[in-house]
Amino acid sequence: MSKIVEGLLYSESHEWVKVDGNVAIIGVSDFAQSEMGDITYVDMPSEGDEVTKGEDFGALESVKASSELYSPVSGTVVACNVDLEDAPELINQDPYVNWIIKVEMNDKGELGDLLNSAAYQKFIEK
Amino acid sequence: MRYYDKLVFELSRDGRSAFSLPEAPAIRLPESVGRKSNLELPSLSEPDVVRHYTNLSQMNFGVDTGFYPLGSCTMKYNPKINEEIPGMFAGIHPLEPDCAVPGIKKIFEGIDRALAELTGMAHFTFEPCAGAHGELTGLMLIRQYHISRGDLARTKIIVPDSAHGTNPASAAVCGLEVVEVKSGPDGLVDVESLKPLLGPQIAGIMMTNPNTLGLFEKNIAQIASLIHGCGGLLYYDGANMNPLLGVVRPGDMGFDVMHLNLHKTFSTPHGGGGPGSGPVGVAPHLVKFLPEFGNEGELRVSGFHGNFGVILKAYAYILMLGKENVPMAGRLATLSANYIKESLKDCYKLPLECICKHEFVFDGLIDDGAHDEVPGATTLDVAKRLLDYGFHAPTIYFPLLFHQALMIEPTETESLETLDAFIEVMRTIAQEAAQDPMLLHTAPHNTPIGRPDETAAARQPVLKWTKSN
Amino acid sequence: MGTFAYFPHTEEDIRKMLKRVGVGELDDLYADVPSEFIRKGDYDLPSAMSEQEVRDFFESLALANPKLRVYAGIGAYDHYTPAVISYITSRSEFLTAYTPYQCEISQGTLRYIFEWQTMICNLTGLDVANASMYDGATASAEAMRMCVAASRRRNTVVASKTLLPNVLHTMRTYAKFAGINLVETYDVMETVCEGTLDLAGVIVPSINRFGIIENHSSLAQAAHDAGALLAVYCDPSALAVVKTPAEWGADIAVGDGQSLGIPLCYGGPYVGFMSCTQALMRKLPGRIVGQSTDADGKRCFVLTLQAREQHIRREKATSNICSNESLMALWCTVYLSLMGTEGLKRVNELSYAAAHSLHDALMETGRFEDPFEGQPFLKEFCLKPLIDAKTFQEALLEQGIFSAVQTKEGYVSFCCTEKARKEDLETIAQVARSI
Repeated sequence: MSKIVEGLLYSESHEWVKVDGNVAIIGVSDFAQSEMGDITYVDMPSEGDEVTKGEDFGALESVKASSELYSPVSGTVVACNVDLEDAPELINQDPYVNWIIKVEMNDKGELGDLLNSAAYQKFIEK
Repeated sequence: MRYYDKLVFELSRDGRSAFSLPEAPAIRLPESVGRKSNLELPSLSEPDVVRHYTNLSQMNFGVDTGFYPLGSCTMKYNPKINEEIPGMFAGIHPLEPDCAVPGIKKIFEGIDRALAELTGMAHFTFEPCAGAHGELTGLMLIRQYHISRGDLARTKIIVPDSAHGTNPASAAVCGLEVVEVKSGPDGLVDVESLKPLLGPQIAGIMMTNPNTLGLFEKNIAQIASLIHGCGGLLYYDGANMNPLLGVVRPGDMGFDVMHLNLHKTFSTPHGGGGPGSGPVGVAPHLVKFLPEFGNEGELRVSGFHGNFGVILKAYAYILMLGKENVPMAGRLATLSANYIKESLKDCYKLPLECICKHEFVFDGLIDDGAHDEVPGATTLDVAKRLLDYGFHAPTIYFPLLFHQALMIEPTETESLETLDAFIEVMRTIAQEAAQDPMLLHTAPHNTPIGRPDETAAARQPVLKWTKSN
Repeated sequence: MGTFAYFPHTEEDIRKMLKRVGVGELDDLYADVPSEFIRKGDYDLPSAMSEQEVRDFFESLALANPKLRVYAGIGAYDHYTPAVISYITSRSEFLTAYTPYQCEISQGTLRYIFEWQTMICNLTGLDVANASMYDGATASAEAMRMCVAASRRRNTVVASKTLLPNVLHTMRTYAKFAGINLVETYDVMETVCEGTLDLAGVIVPSINRFGIIENHSSLAQAAHDAGALLAVYCDPSALAVVKTPAEWGADIAVGDGQSLGIPLCYGGPYVGFMSCTQALMRKLPGRIVGQSTDADGKRCFVLTLQAREQHIRREKATSNICSNESLMALWCTVYLSLMGTEGLKRVNELSYAAAHSLHDALMETGRFEDPFEGQPFLKEFCLKPLIDAKTFQEALLEQGIFSAVQTKEGYVSFCCTEKARKEDLETIAQVARSI
């Protein structure tokens, strides 16, 4: 049974968003990390890169799998979690503390398309 | 097999050498273009080198060592006469003019004719160096065909979900967008799912027939007519050609472009990953786009004439086979696969009950021995346990349609005794799994090394030797 | 059915197997194939030959090619192959293995690939190398793609027109279909400095197609300033003495391993190599071997960083490449183990001495001009003939020598290796004088 944190927004591609003013903090859900197994590498964009809602901004890699990360919002990357470069296993340890990127959003309205924790719970139970 | 833990660098001793060359005056190059950094290569005597690599070889398993039922890889016997041929041509430079290489021209003509006859294609180009390279070349030819007609909108290629990973990757390298078509419950391309994908943007379809489940795409005539009807072309992935060798020709099924893996169907050795050869054949209307047959495409996909040494070996095999033996090649490969399938389906899950071609897929064990806190034996565990018994493992976790896929391809060059021995071991492993899955989780037990820590290898990659590691 | 050496099945075996499968005859195994596709009647192929007939067939075809001594290069070099190499590479444990998927029984392959990766890094000076590519031309095309992929959104690659023609042609083919804007120019520095925002990479040769060792000082800086990567195409044998890609500041090195003792064999099989900086490690195409430990802590080697590859990432993979040229990488690895640093330097010294002696002898004939006078070369050089180039080459062929290959500029190209014979060098000059 994977953990879901209340108060976050979720995408159907298993990213979570924590809204902090105009900035979206983005990570992956516990469900996503457990599906991947031991994560060996997190491919991240650079600060200043533009990301587009629904398009990939990076990927998680394990020994035998790779999974694209899709941006839940559009905007500009203002921070990347550099700790993940040397310790990708942090995502396995706590996917909700260990965010991946922070994005200055172009359109907060896009958040309306995301799921709340209850809806996400239902989604992954399907 | 014995564990041997040296790397060539660790055997090096200053002052030793294994070359025999006369003294020479020093090179005088301007300082601006000369190497300044130290070059560190090992210093060894010739016996050191020979013993080191001989020791390494003894930690390796090949077709000559034992049964190698690796699905989709066609690990058939590599005849030894093949190996005698390339040496006869070793000293010929690739840019020698045609007048200096009449024998080589005859070889290319001869193997071109033979492959054309065996596949129903018109001509082949031999430039591609491997199967995936052939796929890419074939897709380039398809695009070139559409471009030459001014049909520039055809930028999408249909690829079944059961395809080898190289198919979508080759399509992407060729600038094509992949459109996936689903398999039906019978494991075949679902014709009804295909129909809505067709249109003026479709460059063609890539198909493997039989597909990666070892099943013949029996609706191929209808698929060919649908694809041609929408203006697309059909690409045949020759990776699974072996069961059709001497039985069915891709050209007769409506394919326009195909590649062959000479290192699979035509018996050339795999060499630990290469060199292979992936000649690409085309139907008559596409011949003018081939690199050697005119300049319309102006394509070049490798440095010279392809892997000529490999082409020689494949030609030798075709000449040994001849028209008398070729009809049995595919049939015996198919017989062997079905024999194993029928002999093991009471221990391993067979998702699709039907006649297969050269290979088939089990979806793990029927009884994996899971109980209480002990998880059941997986396909990986079965594969590793097989190594203990002196067999190479089948292809595992592919195709992706099944979670515990175990893909077995025996080829036509294995005897009934070998197949029976493999079947017996697979049955023993199934029993072991049911009784003591831990024995499988910790396998292999009798190999030079045990299971490696692949996670650590990928997290902190060590990709070369240095004095400190 | 007669017996065939590679099919072990007796008629009794076949009957037994058919019975287990539950069908009456072999063709019943193809009942799912529409009958119009089943071949009836013989294939139009030659009759099966005996092994001796096969050997005779190829021997007679080999004899049909006049045996020439090679004094030409242009991407394929006639260096000496020590006897040890084919002895090792023909060991069937190496020869008949597949890609080392089951590492527990593939440590031989994995270890020599790890050694190969190390040697390629030592030669190029860069940090990491892959397990090999098809050849130098495709490795260059992959380097071009890698520059574009690493840049994420840029799409222009500048390539020097002094690269080998077949390398450029292959890159052009790949670029066309991948939609990459490949700019071919003689003025690389100028083109880079013009500053297109779209520039992803720059590819230049270490030694160019005229044999000249190019000077690339400050090119890396210019490329990096423009936001692009620098790739250098090089001859690995020559890297024992010429400036390395790393010393030029390059991010990627590619080339063909053929000069490391692989026979000419009419163009293949050869082996491409590719190495790059640590920063680009995860953008490398192809197989990569890494070191690890097994469950008991023993050192072992595995295929690693596989999440880049086609079997996992499908259309998003760094490349479609699936095989490597493993056996040819072994070939080069054994070669370099035999030669060592001193041996490889010696090969270059002998080649240099022979080439310069031929160059001077040809200039003395008065039949040539040197379009590259004063520029440094190693074993290969081009001259502008004042005699008819075709007549010259044909006259050499009559003497059993393949040399003086024409370039599109009308120059003729020569190459000498440590195999060069003094008499042949004299003959080449003599033939020039006689025209």
